[in-house]
Amino acid sequence: MLGLGRLGGRLRSNPGWSGSLWTQRNAWRFERLVLCQSLKTVTPLRQDYFRDLEKQLAAMRKKAVDALPGSNWTPLEINPNLPPERADIVIVGGGVVGWSIAYWLKKKERVRGALKVVVVEKDLTYSRASTVLSIGGIRQQFSLPENIHLSLASADFMRNINEHLDVLNEEPVDLQFNQSGYLFLASEDTAHIMEENYRTQRDAGAKVSLLSPTQVKEHFPWMNTEGVALASQGLENEGWFDPWSLLNAFRRKSISMGVVSCHGEVTDFKYTMNVVTTIDDDKLQLRRIQSVKVQMPNSLEYQPVECSIVVNAAGAFSANLVEKLGVGAGTKDAVAGIAVPVEPRKRYVYVVHCPEGPGLDAPLVIDSSGVYFRREGLGGHYITGASPPEAEEPDTSNLEVDHRFFEEKVWPHLANRVPAFERLKVSSAWAGFYDYNTFDQNAIIGLHPLINNMYFATGFSGHGLQHSPAVGRAVAELILDGNFKTLDLSGLGFKRILTQEPMLERNVV
Amino acid sequence: MSTSVRSLRRCCHHSALLLLPGRRWSSSSVSPPPLHRRLLLFLAQRYYDVEMLLNWQLQRKRTKIQKKNAYYAYTEHFYGRKIAAAYYVLNMRGGFRFVGQTEWFSSDQRGKFSWDFLNHKDALLEEVNLNYTLINHRGLSNLEGQTCVKTLSLRGCPEVNDWFLAGLHIFRDSLEELDISHCPLITIGGLPALRNLKRLRRLDVSSLPRVANPGLVFILLEEMLPQCHITVAGYDLSLRQGRVNQGPQESERQKGNLRKWRTSG
Repeated sequence: MLGLGRLGGRLRSNPGWSGSLWTQRNAWRFERLVLCQSLKTVTPLRQDYFRDLEKQLAAMRKKAVDALPGSNWTPLEINPNLPPERADIVIVGGGVVGWSIAYWLKKKERVRGALKVVVVEKDLTYSRASTVLSIGGIRQQFSLPENIHLSLASADFMRNINEHLDVLNEEPVDLQFNQSGYLFLASEDTAHIMEENYRTQRDAGAKVSLLSPTQVKEHFPWMNTEGVALASQGLENEGWFDPWSLLNAFRRKSISMGVVSCHGEVTDFKYTMNVVTTIDDDKLQLRRIQSVKVQMPNSLEYQPVECSIVVNAAGAFSANLVEKLGVGAGTKDAVAGIAVPVEPRKRYVYVVHCPEGPGLDAPLVIDSSGVYFRREGLGGHYITGASPPEAEEPDTSNLEVDHRFFEEKVWPHLANRVPAFERLKVSSAWAGFYDYNTFDQNAIIGLHPLINNMYFATGFSGHGLQHSPAVGRAVAELILDGNFKTLDLSGLGFKRILTQEPMLERNVV
Repeated sequence: MSTSVRSLRRCCHHSALLLLPGRRWSSSSVSPPPLHRRLLLFLAQRYYDVEMLLNWQLQRKRTKIQKKNAYYAYTEHFYGRKIAAAYYVLNMRGGFRFVGQTEWFSSDQRGKFSWDFLNHKDALLEEVNLNYTLINHRGLSNLEGQTCVKTLSLRGCPEVNDWFLAGLHIFRDSLEELDISHCPLITIGGLPALRNLKRLRRLDVSSLPRVANPGLVFILLEEMLPQCHITVAGYDLSLRQGRVNQGPQESERQKGNLRKWRTSG
C-alpha cells in the first residue's frame, strides 16, 4: 500500500502531469481514502463510533451543567433579541429624546451598572419618527423663558458634544452644525409681540438683535422687505444640524454605557390600582405600572418587562400609550377624564432647487406668514415649508406629501419674500409628524398625576430635537434626584393641564 | 497542529493590523498616530482598565484647556474688565496693542511677560494676536466688552471651531481684520457666521483642512462679504489637471507597494 502510494505520489509530482500544488494535495487525500476503504473496512468505523461517543458524552455533560440552577439555559429556544425580564427604567420611544434621557440616567448614576435602563423602539428604520424627519433647527427665539433656557442649555451641550458623547476609539461626533442663525420677520400687527419676546430673550441670556426693515435690506439684499415692520436675528447658538448624527451619537454613547436597546413595541401594561378619596369626596383611581409588555416585531412573541419606572417618550404616539392604561377615557370635566393632549400632526417639507437664490449668508428665515426656508448644502438647494391653519390639518394616517399645499400656501409667500424664488423647481419632498400639544404647544415634562410611575417627555410640538439634550438631563434629575436641579421646568409639568392654565408659546413654526 | 497554526496566523494578522494605519486615518491627510498610541487603543478595546485610564487622560487634557480658558472673574473683580481681558491674552501666550499706542505687549516663549500693562487701566485693545494658542469659545467671553478690537489673529489655533466663529459677533461693530488660517477644526458650517462682522475688510482663510470643496466655498464667501478682501492660499483649487498629474505618481506608489508585498510573500 505504501509503495503504491509513493508511486502515485511520484507520478503526480511530475511537473508535466500535475497542475498545481492544491490539486496534488487533494488528490493525495483522495487516494489514501480509496485505499483505506478497499483494504480496511471495519476498524475505522469502530474508531469513529468511539470518537463520536466521546463527543456525545461531552455534549451531554455540557447540557447537564447548563441545566443546573444558576445558568440561563432553558429547553425552549429563546429569541436573543428579547428585552430583559427585569429592568429599573423602561424608556418607551427610541427617538432623540428617549436616548437622551437614557444617556443622562446613565451619566448620573453613582456606581457603574447601578441602573438597568431599557430603551424600546418599535421601528429601527425610524421611518415615521419625528427626529429624523425634522429639518434640524435650533433657535433661542421663543416667547417662554423655559423654552429659551432649554435651547441655551442644549446649545451648550452641542458645543461641547465631544466631551459628553465621545466614545473612546470611535470617530468624534460631527453634528455638521451650521451657524447661520434664525431670522424672524414680523408684520405691523405682530411687531409688539416680537419686541416683548426680544426682551424676554435678552433677559434669559440669549444673543439676539433686532433689525429694522432698512437694516434687513442692507444685510440681506436678496430679500423683499415689503410688509416687514421688525425683524429679529439670532447671533449665536442658532442654526441647524444633522438630526441623525445627534440621535446616533446619543445611542452610541448610551449603549457603550450599558443601556439595553430593544427592538419591539409596547402593546400593553400590567398595573395595580388604588382608589383614593380627594378632599372634595371624589374618588380617584391611581395606577402603578408593574410591567410593560414588549411585543417583538413581526411575531407573536412578547416579553413582559418588570420595571419600577416607565418614561413616555413616544413622541407623536404618546397619547396611545396612556390610553392603554385606561386613563383619559372618562368624562371631560373629571380629573380621570383628562387625556394627554398630544396628537400627531403632519407637516410637509419641500426641497427646492434655485441656483439664483440667496447664498451662504442665508439664515433660516421665518416669514410673518409662517413660511420658513433654509439653505441645504452649497448647490443652490433650499428646504422650505409651513404649518397649515388649524382647520385644514391634513390626514395623519400616512406620510404622503400634498404638493398642492406647496403651490397654494408656500410658494406665493416664498416668492413674495425672496423674488429669486419665482424660478424654483421642487426637487423632492417629505412629510413628518409633530408631536403636537393641542393644549398649549409646549412640552409636557414630569409625572402623570394618575399614574404613579410614568414620567412624560412629550408634546414638544416640533422643538423636541433641539431641546432633547436639556430635556434628557431634566427628566433624569426628576427621576434620580426627585426634582429639577439645573433648570426649573416645573412650569412645564402636567399640573397646568389639570388646572386648565395654558402656557402659550407664541413662536411656533 | 492546524489550530495552532491558525491561531498563530490570526496573531500575525492582528499585529499586521496594528502596524498598518487604521481605516479612520487612511482617508484623511493627517498622518497616522505612532505605534505606541495604536497599541494603547488596541489594548483599550480589550481591557476596561486601559479604557478607563485613557478616558481619564483625555478628560485631564480637556479640563486643562477649559481651566486655561476660564472666566477671569477674580482679576475682573480687582482690576476691572479691561485689565482682565489683557491679562487673559498674555496668559494665553498671546500679544496685544492698546488703542492709540504703538507698543506691543506680548509674552515670550516661556509665557513670561512684563506687568507694565497694569498702568493702562482704561485702555481698550485694538490689535490682538492669539496665534497658536489654546483659546476656545469659553475663553472668548473674557474679551467681551472690547469694543475697539480691529485686528484679531487666530492662526493655527487648535481649539478654534465653528462655535467660536459664531461667538465673534461680540466684535461685530469694530473688527476689520481677521486671520483664521490653519485652524484644524473650522468647517463650512461656521463660515456663514462671519456675515455678522459688518466692518470686516480682510479675512485670511488659508489652509483650513476640514473645509470641503474650498473653491466653491470661497466664491460663496466672497459673495457674502463683498467689501472684504479674502486671502485664500494653501488649497489645491485646480480641478482636473492636478489629478491627471497625480495619476502616474499614484500608480507608481501602488506598484512599489505591490512589489514589496510580493517579495515579503
